[in-house]
Amino acid sequence: MAALQRRIGPARFAWVFLVPNLVIFGAFTYLPIALNLVYATTGGLAVLPGERSFVGLENFASLLDCKNYLDPSSCSKDLFWRALFNTARFVALQVGFMILFALITALVLDRKIRGRGFFRGVFFYPVLLSPVVVALVWRWILQREGVLNAWLVAMGGEPVLWLMDAGWSFFWVVFVSIWAHMGFYTLILLAGLQAIPKDVYEAAEMDAASPWRVLTRITLPLLMPTMLVVIVLALIKGVQTFDEIYVLTGGGPGSATMLIVQYIYETGFAAQPRLYGLAAAASLLLAGLLMILTLLQLRLNRKSYRG
Amino acid sequence: MRTGWIGAAALLLGAQTAWAATELRFMCYQDGNECDVAKVLLEDFHKANPDIRVTVDTVPYKAILESLPVQLAAGQGPDLARVTDLGGLNKYYLDIAPFVNAAYWEENFGTTLPWFRSGPADKGIYGMMTQLTITGAFVNKTLFDQAKVPLPGPEASWDQWAEATRAVAKATQTRFPMAIDRSGHRVGGPAISYGARIFAADGTPRLADDGFKAFMAKLVAWTKDGTMARDVWVSQGGAAYQDAAQEFINGRVVYYYSGSWQTGRFEKAIGDAFDWEVVGSPCGPAACTGMPGGAALVGFKRTAAPQAVAKVVDFFAAEPVHAQLIERTKNVPAHKAIAAKGLAYPDASPAGRKALQAWSRQVAKVSPVAYAYQGYPLNRAMFNATVTRVTQAMVGELSFDDAMAKLDADVAEAVAQAKK
Repeated sequence: MAALQRRIGPARFAWVFLVPNLVIFGAFTYLPIALNLVYATTGGLAVLPGERSFVGLENFASLLDCKNYLDPSSCSKDLFWRALFNTARFVALQVGFMILFALITALVLDRKIRGRGFFRGVFFYPVLLSPVVVALVWRWILQREGVLNAWLVAMGGEPVLWLMDAGWSFFWVVFVSIWAHMGFYTLILLAGLQAIPKDVYEAAEMDAASPWRVLTRITLPLLMPTMLVVIVLALIKGVQTFDEIYVLTGGGPGSATMLIVQYIYETGFAAQPRLYGLAAAASLLLAGLLMILTLLQLRLNRKSYRG
Repeated sequence: MRTGWIGAAALLLGAQTAWAATELRFMCYQDGNECDVAKVLLEDFHKANPDIRVTVDTVPYKAILESLPVQLAAGQGPDLARVTDLGGLNKYYLDIAPFVNAAYWEENFGTTLPWFRSGPADKGIYGMMTQLTITGAFVNKTLFDQAKVPLPGPEASWDQWAEATRAVAKATQTRFPMAIDRSGHRVGGPAISYGARIFAADGTPRLADDGFKAFMAKLVAWTKDGTMARDVWVSQGGAAYQDAAQEFINGRVVYYYSGSWQTGRFEKAIGDAFDWEVVGSPCGPAACTGMPGGAALVGFKRTAAPQAVAKVVDFFAAEPVHAQLIERTKNVPAHKAIAAKGLAYPDASPAGRKALQAWSRQVAKVSPVAYAYQGYPLNRAMFNATVTRVTQAMVGELSFDDAMAKLDADVAEAVAQAKK
């Protein structure tokens, strides 16, 4: 090694260590990105890039072709827009409620209550489950002859077709997603809460500050850096949601619970014919959205560190 | 002594090389026992052709549908496969016409050979149906008897069946009067019975014509009013396939429109629980047709041993072997001479045998439009678009007219992409 370093010089020697990593990174990250660009700008049904015809931005134009952007039915690719609107609605509801519940749970678990360790485990447990398992368990609960309807009937009520009504289906995909992921964010917020210096609380106690004032003037402001990380992480994960919903509802009824990642999967891999170009273009639009969210995270992080 | 050992080793190596030279891989999926039966029949083939070794790789249907096309596009894949996207994989098929008796094939498989071809000008012989399927209906006869409602006759219309099954469901407190698989292929037959032409005069696909719309409007209305099982179509998203076989087995559906491939499953799963019958396809104003379909054995041109591949396919096409294959797998024959003679299905139960014979009779009622639809290379795009758009109309996401307009646009896009 030393001989090699002497031979090629210290500046070039760094490449000896960098090249293997760059090759792997290039093959598994940059090459797929480049291929995705190739597919997004080509058309036809062929799989091999060399057999596909160049169509420029036609796939993007087709996705964005709408008479009225607020009415998906008026769009050439109405399923793409339905998936986009569903994703926006899902992310707003799921992230909003999940962080609210995670914060409340973290605040409760931060107090000296009996069985605190047990409850931490209970809330974290769903995070350990595979998304497919989560979805299957909830499908058994929610199907026509599921546990929930059995209970409703036993209580003298009427069974409800939870997964066959657009409104109920959407409610349940949000609910199940919150149930499955809340524990992870609770744990991060709990760590943030425990990092707040105790002497600040002691000072507030000496000043006879009310619990509400302590929460709004001390806890929440000091928790804000952690909260920002949690919000941005939850937003990115929310946009990427696929497996749970795919198994739970298949995106139905109709396209009521189809999110953008499922649209890409269906267009590129499940439906016939496989429109790889359209799927690749949609995935690039999704990548743009995720990049905006990531930049937002970086910017907010920087701001909060400076603050 | 040493020279002797070397000679023996060389002989052994030479023998092994000879064996390995014609090693063929057969990618097979099975609805019932198709691959198992193929393996048994191949033992006879191996005895007659010791220089060819066929290894049957039994895979899930999803592998045939999703992995195989990608493998073939990449120049990889098996030598033979059991496939269902007959026209869609045409460019990968090996034309076995130069290696087989083409007249025998045309005579006996003439109605299904065009399904594999790229168009009318293509006269190649690419494969053989190992399973001819016909879509049609099963009824729970016991429920009809309990309700004292007579079974509508063989020429009964969809409306007559709907009325009768509603009466049966009401009288017997059965959950669903009717159910139809969530599949564009399954609703193709009924649409053709209502006058759908599927293709314009110039041969380009035009799905949403008046006949097609007439049946789809009925399907949407019946799903909304509870005549058709809502769970089958509405509980899924996208173009996902969903059947109602388990509901029929559990006695929760009076009338189930699916296809001949369910016969073996029902024979086994229903047993003596209730009496069931095959009643074929109801009539519309234009026909009483179901959709043909099924799985086929094909060879691929990427193979290193085209002659050996052709020999294997031709072996299964020979009348005595083919008859055994169809009888043991309890399928409907696509082979003309075998169909004309009829099969005894000795392993089937009386109900199963009656059902298989009823399916065989349905073959004669299949409309030429249905054969053309099944043989169109982009038919899967049409099937998928049908499922997606009709479901959207059922759940109220799109008006019925908008759904039909989008359906035509989807098909036009698929055709345009295929031309690029």
